[in-house]
Amino acid sequence: MQRSVKTLAAACAVVALAAGAGVRTAAAEDTITLGAAVSLTGKYSVNGKNTQDGYNLAAKVINEHGGVKVGGKAYQLKIVYYDDESTSARGAQLVERLISQDHVDFVLGPYGSALTKAIVPITEKYGVPMVEGNGADRGLFTKGYKYLFATLNTSDYYLRAAVSILADEAKREGRDPKSLKIAIAIENDNFSQDVRDGVEEDAKKYGMQVVIDDKLPADLNDMTATLTKVKALKPDALFISGHEKGAVLGIREVAAQRVYVPMLALTHCDSAQITEKFGKDANYAFCGSQWDSRMTYSDRWFGNPQKYAELFNATFHYEPPYQAAESTATVEVFADAIARAGSLDRAKVRDAIAATDMMTFYGPIKFDATGKNIAKSMVMYQVQDQKYVVVAPAKWATGKPIFPAPQWDKR
Amino acid sequence: MSNLTVLAGAPVLLVQLVVSGILVGAIFALVAYGMALVWGVMNIINIAQGEFVMLGGYVVFFLDRAGIAPVFGIPVAALVLYVVGIALYHTIIRRIVGRDMFTSILATFGISILLQQLANQLFSADIRTVRSGLPSLFFADGMITIPEVDLVGFAAAVVVGALLVAFLRTTRMGQAIRATAQNARAARVLGIDTDRVYATTFAINCAICGAAGGLVAMTWFIQPYLGLTYTLRSFMIVIVAGLGNLAGVIVAGAGLGVVEDLAGFVLGSEYQTAFVFMLLVVILVGRNLWLARERRSLR
Amino acid sequence: MTKSGRSVAAAIAVAVTGLALPWIVPSITTQAAFLWLMILFSLTWDINGGQMGYNSFGNVFFFGVGVYACALVQRDSGLSYYAGLGAGIGAGALAAALSALVLGPAMLAIRGHYFAIATLGLSIVAANVASAWEYIGAASGIAAPLFPGAIGDRAKFFYYLLFALAVLTFLLVRRLYRSRLGLAINAIRDDEDKAEAMGLHTTRYKVFAWSIAALLLGAAGGPVGNLVGFIDPNDLAFAGATFGVWMVLMAVLGGKGTLWGPVIGAVVFHVTQELFWTWLLGWQRVAMGLLIVVIVVFFPTGILGWVARRRTTAA
Repeated sequence: MQRSVKTLAAACAVVALAAGAGVRTAAAEDTITLGAAVSLTGKYSVNGKNTQDGYNLAAKVINEHGGVKVGGKAYQLKIVYYDDESTSARGAQLVERLISQDHVDFVLGPYGSALTKAIVPITEKYGVPMVEGNGADRGLFTKGYKYLFATLNTSDYYLRAAVSILADEAKREGRDPKSLKIAIAIENDNFSQDVRDGVEEDAKKYGMQVVIDDKLPADLNDMTATLTKVKALKPDALFISGHEKGAVLGIREVAAQRVYVPMLALTHCDSAQITEKFGKDANYAFCGSQWDSRMTYSDRWFGNPQKYAELFNATFHYEPPYQAAESTATVEVFADAIARAGSLDRAKVRDAIAATDMMTFYGPIKFDATGKNIAKSMVMYQVQDQKYVVVAPAKWATGKPIFPAPQWDKR
Repeated sequence: MSNLTVLAGAPVLLVQLVVSGILVGAIFALVAYGMALVWGVMNIINIAQGEFVMLGGYVVFFLDRAGIAPVFGIPVAALVLYVVGIALYHTIIRRIVGRDMFTSILATFGISILLQQLANQLFSADIRTVRSGLPSLFFADGMITIPEVDLVGFAAAVVVGALLVAFLRTTRMGQAIRATAQNARAARVLGIDTDRVYATTFAINCAICGAAGGLVAMTWFIQPYLGLTYTLRSFMIVIVAGLGNLAGVIVAGAGLGVVEDLAGFVLGSEYQTAFVFMLLVVILVGRNLWLARERRSLR
Repeated sequence: MTKSGRSVAAAIAVAVTGLALPWIVPSITTQAAFLWLMILFSLTWDINGGQMGYNSFGNVFFFGVGVYACALVQRDSGLSYYAGLGAGIGAGALAAALSALVLGPAMLAIRGHYFAIATLGLSIVAANVASAWEYIGAASGIAAPLFPGAIGDRAKFFYYLLFALAVLTFLLVRRLYRSRLGLAINAIRDDEDKAEAMGLHTTRYKVFAWSIAALLLGAAGGPVGNLVGFIDPNDLAFAGATFGVWMVLMAVLGGKGTLWGPVIGAVVFHVTQELFWTWLLGWQRVAMGLLIVVIVVFFPTGILGWVARRRTTAA
């Protein structure tokens, strides 16, 4: 009895593993299959869904426009998903499964730098081109990966423009940028650390002093300690990066505790919906963003960013945050490159992607030798009158920055 | 340490940190009452405690979105969670009362995962908040800020604590609960329906957590994964205060809040959580050493 | 066949399956590698859990120490890949065992559920400190060095490494339970005060047992870190909410306090999980929560306990 239980268990294990293995069938003909491990559960699930929606809309619209033409035949795009649960180990396993079991042709990136870092060694090993739109860590592009391409700007660029605005405004007031003091508070993760590094680098260039450099723990619910320091040291700018939680906490607690800083700069404002949640309290905040729907880019599938936003909203019932837009752009890159390569051969497609030079609703896309998109620039908003006004880059600006923010009793 | 010099240079900041800490700690104390109740009466350590807080927060959030102000939303959340507590008791908890503590920890851990992931699936992981509409009070030339919502939380914690004590002392059910806690078998012999007692106790716990969740939604925010923070901190408070010491719970809660804020300020916020849990480990080790001395003296 | 004959047959079946798996079904090699890790997790947990009565929720601490120790050796020692990996695994095992020896006397003096919470606290502290400590990469973690081999070989290599570690763990644990140490820790579980009163140096045995678990967990850290390729302090190294708790669940599921219980529990748990992932996209964690409740409430003695009871009632 003892033995039969054990061997039965062992047999079941093998059978089940094998069964689980062979579940997904190979793609049908005339289909290009893209595989993606996205975070549908776990701490990145909000943005994971944005990413998935972005991918799905892209595939839908491109297919409606006739799909991708390769050698005279029209191919439809199909995307296979797995949930990486916002954990790197899972993501890596799943991408390997996508490539070796499900036989996808190409890979779309996951959400977030941590997951992208975990996945890229696998796509490199198998020689499968991956175009991603949500892994902004600089470290991804310093390892010589050949099959990795990113449509977005690296994360250190998120708030650099705010530092420049700070310096420019100070000079306008007749103050020496070297006299400026800045405070940084970031959530303790990959992305935010890069944002911080970008801010610190640019601050050093201007000679500004970093007087507060706090890392907030991941389960943080309260920023009182940091804000108390801010009240004590009175910096000229406070930079907060902690995904949506950081944006929500930042606005809420700064307003509740009436902490005054001439400039408050955050990331993830729009996906955290700070204007909807906090109304007036969100005013004067500066927000770094990869994209805005009012830019005047053009796109062969979506027309322009406005139309993209309208279609997205109609399909998914929420405004597309930049995470969705950059995901859609990745699929466009594939569609464009595969057609140019005239083949589904991975090496040929990879070379075609490397030669990309296209304009999309998300912005211009052109990759440098490491796979970064060097043609697009970051957008910096300021919330004015509860609306997002683009204040940088100057070429696409829709308004001027208000600096310093008025004192609390004058709002 | 530069942070210490900042503190030394502006003692008024210390006041801010202490006041904030006390007010924050009060909400944890609220959750700790419930934890202490269930532990003391049913001998169950409820790992899903934080998830009940989270659910209460969502109730208040959705009611707020539907136009019902939090002042009404919070009692409703307490009621909803009361019902949830009864349901959970009759399906799952009833079967683990009386079993060893380890079983209860594992089972409630399973419930915690279940609730957390259900919330994630149903409500998405978006951060939700509720505007309390309450202003802040300012002292010392703006250096000390006390958001009124924090005071409300503190008041709620004290009031609920007082109500709980009164309930346990004066009502029949309250007395039945205390009797069962002292000796369940004797209580049964004397005709007390211990099953009902347990159900009520568990449901009261859930209701308290639900109300706390509403306060959390107003003071900070709600998302499906905030549970563990509350579970662990309420556990810490109960350990320090000791079971059956409701007044001690509020003091310990306030103390924990203050310690956390100070640690975050001096050591840097990234070490705040680590410090708190190191403290927990140290407390447990210390408590054990003290008990061991007692044990040795008894031999 | 005699009882020992049955055991030998079962062992051979497992060994053959284990060795052949990457060749029969190569696409699931990584998942199968994790299966061996799970077996190692539950076996080592049961040493201090089911066998000794100290239910730790923080054994993942030792695993994380091993993960980081190996990664640091690989990063900083300048050794070639395989030498670095070997040194790293050794360093991981040693570091973990040492930390158990150091922390053990204080931690293991705590009894019952307080011990469980204290160990949980320990793993949380570790996760938070690791996320903040710049030297080991803070929240950005550490990337493992690139495997110097052909495509697909990495998974196979670490599969066999983990398989070997799991087998080693099993054999070690089996030897342990038949020795005086095994008797001692069972005595501690059954009634610690009496055992102490009878002259057993309980602290020594407790710490030693925990150190053995730590040693094996620490050794497993390096291979896993390299298999995954990227070490995240919260999600991989000190993954308390996943690995930390699964260790306990798998042993309980299979039947804690037995030799094969944790093995069976790990197999069933891991396979079920993989099936959930494939079939219940999005809802797999909900199903997992439900499964945990069902296991704990209805099968507290685990699969082996359930089987044993069926046998006695059927007889």
